[in-house]
Formats: sequence, C-alpha cells, structure tokens
Amino acid sequence: MDGDRPALRRTARAAVAGVPLVFLAVFFVWPLAAILERSLVEDGRLDLPFDVLVARETLDVTWFTLWQATASTALTLAAGLPLTWALARFSFPGRRLAEALVLIPFVLPTIVVATAFLAVLPDALEGTVWAILVAHVFFNVAVVVYLVGAFWGQLDGRVSDVAATLGADPARRFLAVTVPLLQPALAAAAAIVFLFSFTSFGVIVILGGPGYATLEAEIYNQAARLFDLRTAAVLALLQLAAVTAAVAVAGRLERRLGGGRTARSTPRRRPAGRERVVVTLVVAVSLALLAVPVAALVERSLSVPGGYGLDHFRALARETPALLVTPWHAVVNSFLFAGLAAAIALAVGLPAAAVAAGRRGGWLGMLVLLPLGVSAAMLGFGYLLAFDEPPLDLRGSPWLVPLAQALVAMPFVVRTVAPALRAVDDRLREAAAVLGASPARVRREIVLPLVAPALGAAAAIAFAVALGEFGATVFVARADWPTLPVAIFRFLGRPGAENVGQAMALAVTLAGLTVAVALAAARARAGRGWRP
Amino acid sequence: MTRLATVCCKVLAALLAVAAAGCGGGGETEVVLVTHDSFAVSKDVKAAFEQETGLTLRILQAGDAGEALNRALLTAGDPQGDVLFGVDDSLLSRALDGDLFDEYRSPTLDAVEDAYAPPDDRVTPIDHGEVCVNIDRGWFAKRGLHPPRTLVELTLPRYRGLLVVENPATSSPGLAFLLATVAQYPDRWQGFWRKLRVNGVRVVDGWEEAYTQQFSGAAGSPGKRPIVVSYATSPAAEVIFAGKPLETSPTAAIEDGCFRQVEYAGVLRGAANDEGARKLIDFMLSELFQADVPGSMFVYPVRGGVPVPEAFELHAIRPADPLTLPPEEIEAGRDAWIDEWTAIVLR
Repeated sequence: MDGDRPALRRTARAAVAGVPLVFLAVFFVWPLAAILERSLVEDGRLDLPFDVLVARETLDVTWFTLWQATASTALTLAAGLPLTWALARFSFPGRRLAEALVLIPFVLPTIVVATAFLAVLPDALEGTVWAILVAHVFFNVAVVVYLVGAFWGQLDGRVSDVAATLGADPARRFLAVTVPLLQPALAAAAAIVFLFSFTSFGVIVILGGPGYATLEAEIYNQAARLFDLRTAAVLALLQLAAVTAAVAVAGRLERRLGGGRTARSTPRRRPAGRERVVVTLVVAVSLALLAVPVAALVERSLSVPGGYGLDHFRALARETPALLVTPWHAVVNSFLFAGLAAAIALAVGLPAAAVAAGRRGGWLGMLVLLPLGVSAAMLGFGYLLAFDEPPLDLRGSPWLVPLAQALVAMPFVVRTVAPALRAVDDRLREAAAVLGASPARVRREIVLPLVAPALGAAAAIAFAVALGEFGATVFVARADWPTLPVAIFRFLGRPGAENVGQAMALAVTLAGLTVAVALAAARARAGRGWRP
Repeated sequence: MTRLATVCCKVLAALLAVAAAGCGGGGETEVVLVTHDSFAVSKDVKAAFEQETGLTLRILQAGDAGEALNRALLTAGDPQGDVLFGVDDSLLSRALDGDLFDEYRSPTLDAVEDAYAPPDDRVTPIDHGEVCVNIDRGWFAKRGLHPPRTLVELTLPRYRGLLVVENPATSSPGLAFLLATVAQYPDRWQGFWRKLRVNGVRVVDGWEEAYTQQFSGAAGSPGKRPIVVSYATSPAAEVIFAGKPLETSPTAAIEDGCFRQVEYAGVLRGAANDEGARKLIDFMLSELFQADVPGSMFVYPVRGGVPVPEAFELHAIRPADPLTLPPEEIEAGRDAWIDEWTAIVLR
C-alpha cells in the first residue's frame, strides 16, 4: 500500500490541475484558436501580415499602451497602499463599510463612471492622458486594497514589532520589513492592475477621445467595426505576446521575492496615538476622492423635474422600450449570474490556486492571468465560431454569461488565494502531521483558518468582478436576460431625462448591491464558521 | 485534494451538460432575430407575433449596426439566427457582397412607399431614420443668438467651439453625417470639414459620448456644447422621456443636411427556421409592427399611411428631401473618405 501512495498523490495532483486546465482549454484556448485560424490561415497556409506589425501606427499604439499601463500601475500602487495599510492593520468603526465602498468604482460600468468623471473633472484635464491615468487609478484601487490587504492581514505582525524594539523607525520598518514581506501580493496586484490598464478600452475611448488608442481599442476597432480580421488578429497576437511577457516577468519577481511566511496572523488592533491621526486621514482622504464621482451619480439618480425624488427607482419596476423586460429583472439576473459565475470561478480557481501555490505550480498562476490580457472582441468572435455545434452549441445560451464572467473572475481567485496558501508555514503542517493529524484535518484546522481572509476576499471580489463585467457579457448576453451593466448601457443609448435617470438609478443599485455583498462576505468571514 | 478535484470536475461536467442541453434543438418552434443594440419592440406586439404564428421570438442583440453585421458575416452560412435586422444603406453592399441572405420578396412589400423600395431582392426595408444636426434651444435663447439653420452656417465664427460630432470611423451617425457632407458637397466636402476644424469641432467616438456627455441640450448631461449630430426624432424623445409634460422640446433638429438611413432585414442563408424567418419579415411590415416602430426605436415606418405618435408630429421633423447616396457609391468611397476625413480633422 505504501508503494501506491506517491502514485496516488501524483494522480491527485494531476486531477487538481486538470480542472482549471480543461476549463481554460475549452473556454479560452479553443475559441481563441478558432478566431485566429479563421483570420490568419488562408488555403491551409499561415498568412501573417508582417507589414501591420512594423507599421508606424502599430508601434505608436504599442508604445502608448505600454507606458500608460506602466504609469497607471505605479500610480495605483502608490495611491492604494496607504488605504490598504489602514484597512488591513487596524480596526475602527466603519472599517468593513469602508472596505466595501472601495469596490464601487471597480464594478460600475466604465461609461457610467466616465460620465460622472467628466462632470467633476477640471476642463483642463479633459481629453488628456492625465484623465486616463486618474481614471485607471480610480478603477483599480480596489485590486490593491483586496489582493494586498488579504495578504497583509495574514502577516505576522511580531516581525515588525521586533524591528521596532531594535530601534527601527516606522518608515524604516515599512521599507525594510513590511514591503519585502508583502512582495508576492504586491507583484500579484501589480500584474492584474497592469493587465487591466494595458487592455483598457472604455476609459480610453470616452476620456481620451479619438487622439488616444490602446492595442485593445485598436483591435476592437479593426475586428468589430471595420471587420479587418487579419489586422485585428495580428494586433491581438502582439497584445498576447506583450501580456505573456509581462506576466512572466511578474511571475519571476514573485518567485524570487519569496515573501513572508506566516504561522499566526495578527488580529487588527485599534490605532493608538499618532497612528490614529494618520489612519483617520488616510481613510478619509481616500474615501473622499473615491466618493466624488459616486456622489455625482447618486445626485443624478435622484434628480427629477423640479427637485429630488425616488421616481427613477420606482420606474425600475415598470416596462420600458429600452429593454424586453423590466429593469428590475436585470437586477435579479445580475445577482443570479454573478453568484453562478463566482461559484464557477471558485470551483475552478481554488484547485488552480492549490497547484499555483506549490513549488512547481507557478506556471498555472501565470496561465490563468492570460484571459485578462486577450481582446474581449476577438474572444467573443471566437465563441461564435467555436461553440456552434453539438455537444457545445452555446450560441445564444444564457449559460455563456456566467461562464464568460467566471473566466474573467477566476484570475482574481487564484491571485488572492495562491499567495496566502504559499505563505502558510510548512512547519505548522509538519507539526500537525507529526502529532497524527490526517492531511484532511490539517487542511481543515490549520490551512483553512489561516487562508480564510483570502478565501473571503476572493469570493467577494469574484462576485464583484462578475457583477460589473461588461466587455464579454455584452457580447454573449441575451436580450431577454440582460444584466445590470447591459441594461445601463441600453438606457444610456437613448435620449431623454427618464432614460438617463433610470441608467443612473441602476448604477446606484449596482453600487449598493456590491457594497451589501462585500459586507455580507466580510461578516461571514468574521463569523465563527472559519474559526478552528 | 482529490475529493475537491472530483467535485469540481462534476460541477464543470454538469454545467457543460446543462449548457449543451439548453441550447440544442429549437428549430421549428422558435425564430431567432439577430440585431443591434437599438432594436426594440413592444411586449404586446411581440406577443401578437408569437400568438399569430405559434413561434417563440428570440432576440440576439450585440453592438451597433456595424458590429451586428460583422458578427453575421463571421458566421455566414451557419448563422446565429434566422433573420438579421438593422443593415442600413451604408452597410448594405458589405452585407450583399458577403452573401449573407437568401432571396425573399415579402407579399407585404407592396404596402411600402416607393421611396424605400429595396435595391435588391435579398433585403426588405423596415424603417427609416434621418441623422440631423440637433441644437439646444435654451442655450441659444439665453444668449439671444440665432441657432444655425443650414450645414454651411456651422462654419461661421459665431458658432465657434459649439459643435460636437461622432467619429465616422467608429460611429454610425458619425458616418451618416460625413456621408451627408459628401452628398451635399460632392467635390468640396474636404474644405467644409477643414473649416469645421478651424471652427473648433469636437470629435468623440460614439453617439452616447456626443449626445449624453458633450451636448448641453440632453437632459442631465454635463455637456457644454449646444450643437450635436443626432437624429431627426431626438427632440421628440426629449419630450416623451422628460418625466413631466412639456409644451416644447428643449432641443430641435435642423432640416438642412439630414441624411437618410433605411434599415433592412433579410433571411439569413442557412437559417434553421427559414419559414419562420419569412413570417417574421412579413410581420415586421405589418401595420401593427410598423406603428410600433416610432415609439420603440425612434425611427419612422416605411409602410405608407401608418400613423405616428403625436409627440413626433409636434417635436420631431420628417425631412421632406433628405440627402442620400446609393449603397454601391458608399461602398466604393467609404474607406477612402474616412481616411481622408481622419487626416483632415484629427491629425
């Protein structure tokens, strides 16, 4: 029997890796291959238009995409870390609410936030690259707060205390102790923010105007509007190559950096003395900045002829020419789809995280990121080509919505949970095993409590990502099953005060729903369920 | 971990099975309409079709008219649905060259006004809309300034910095407005646009950005520009969706320089239910559907003698003699015109 065990374990490992691999193969690689084949293979011969690759415009667009993504990532990390620190290390009244509020910009459709942004943006910034960078920070701060925060909360605070005892001042403690310990989470968050900014589309189109284009915007333009699939496919390959390179660099960094090990997470404490001032200031300023555009939305959702009222919210239960169903249906649909998508993302993402956390599993952690870096338009076209016959005739199926959303949400699950799993001190497991605990019991009583914050954060952010997902959803959503962002988009596509008002009311509903779910998740996490 | 893997495998397999089961079949009991984001139909009109034919009408919509067509071109011969609706004149040649449609001549076609007679037996006209310059009446009234009445007046210094238009490379009304200028000034439209550029025209990517974010006349818009390229019916929409009774519309459409877009439908080649598809096209020409077209999609019926709602009579315009271009001329010139326009206005 002993002889069978390593073999058994190998099979088990393969099975665990198999789930995410099959999912990625079916819902990512296959459709992508289908559209690339259709675009680039002619009469059985590969026809790569090199002239497009070396064209001056391509170089310009690539360069702009690259530098704005790099700048956006650096700014987002800088802007997000103080808030992450305050939310991850301290407990104060309203902390959970603040953490939930951070998610709002992340889930709102770009066009909604951009409208609000335009309303509060100084005229001098309109149509400049600064508007784009500020918007990217605004959208992506949640990624830093959640991914880094989950890890930070898990760190053993005693290391920092030891440094303090040895005479290190707070700045030195932060730079010499905390940052090195945080590095894996920082790298994970930076990689996702970079990918989001690199493939940014709505922000560029609305706030940048025709003067700015990212590769993603150009691919969309070529594929969906001009129907020049050859050019679109080459640009998509270029984008995929760039994204793969970026992901590989992030992966190397993450592994080299190692990061902190944890044996005991330090509970949040009340800020004391000068800390109190700093924490209050950081939270207040960050939330105020995040709240300005959101407040503009709320104001517009409540404004009716002659004053303020709830008319637009009441109208959500009535039929409208903008949709086949009442807007209220879209709210219910979104809730169902996002719940389903989060479940799929967890079902596929947790095994992936388990593999990615292992010594030789880093590649899977990288692989799951790639769907974030591929043009949504090309993937959408690929879905049309790939899933057109039984057994997988998914054309027009409502199932495509949660599946597409899960594809986008899964990287967040993996990138949140894998660093947490990796950080669990091996000696703890070994000690438990020596004391006679079965592997299942070790997982349940040692690993699970330690990674619980990360699991909760992963579920919340997967749900939020699915709730706000627009680029892929709009491609596969059915008219009789609209989601919230799709419904908002349909309303904004029509003139008239009532249409705009209902779009804003739906946006506020989306924001409220997100906060409610994030709060519930935080509550469940803090509840007894996860405690050993 | 093995158990976790098994559970995950089961979940995935179940999902795939349900997904596969949920969308196979269909066939004879269902007819699928592929269309763009702006398509809309009243619930009772849809129900009337379903009752009359015993078919369930499923609607797939994604993207604007161009994107919907491109998706159909991608799946030509093995289509997503049975009928494609929403191909306008500026896209028609591309659709016909792509061999998308089967021939079908609806018996109801005789009721269609002559001006909208189809240029080809594979498509059926359903509605028409005009892209027109809209103005914010309040903005001009407040300043005691006369709003522009013609295209050429847009180049006058007193309207400097007031106009916002859509990029013709990325927007359907934007392209229609470029075509309007080409139709109006066949040999010197480039000069017209040079003057517009000097006069501070603002270009944005799509109608949503132009109308709901840059145009000052749209309800709730943060915009500051009082002249925009939109539709002949937009002023009526501002009244119908104002949320309160309005005597006059806050905006108005200018009669000069309107460009007509006729929207066509066709039976997709390889449709699973081509008999249902033909029934659907017949229905789209019926009085019931045609009368629903203004209220649902803010365009006009192609069928003669169909009444339009009062708000359209009062606030929208029906340009008597709008600009048009033949589809083949548009197809031949479009890409070059857009490139030239980009060089003149954006570079």
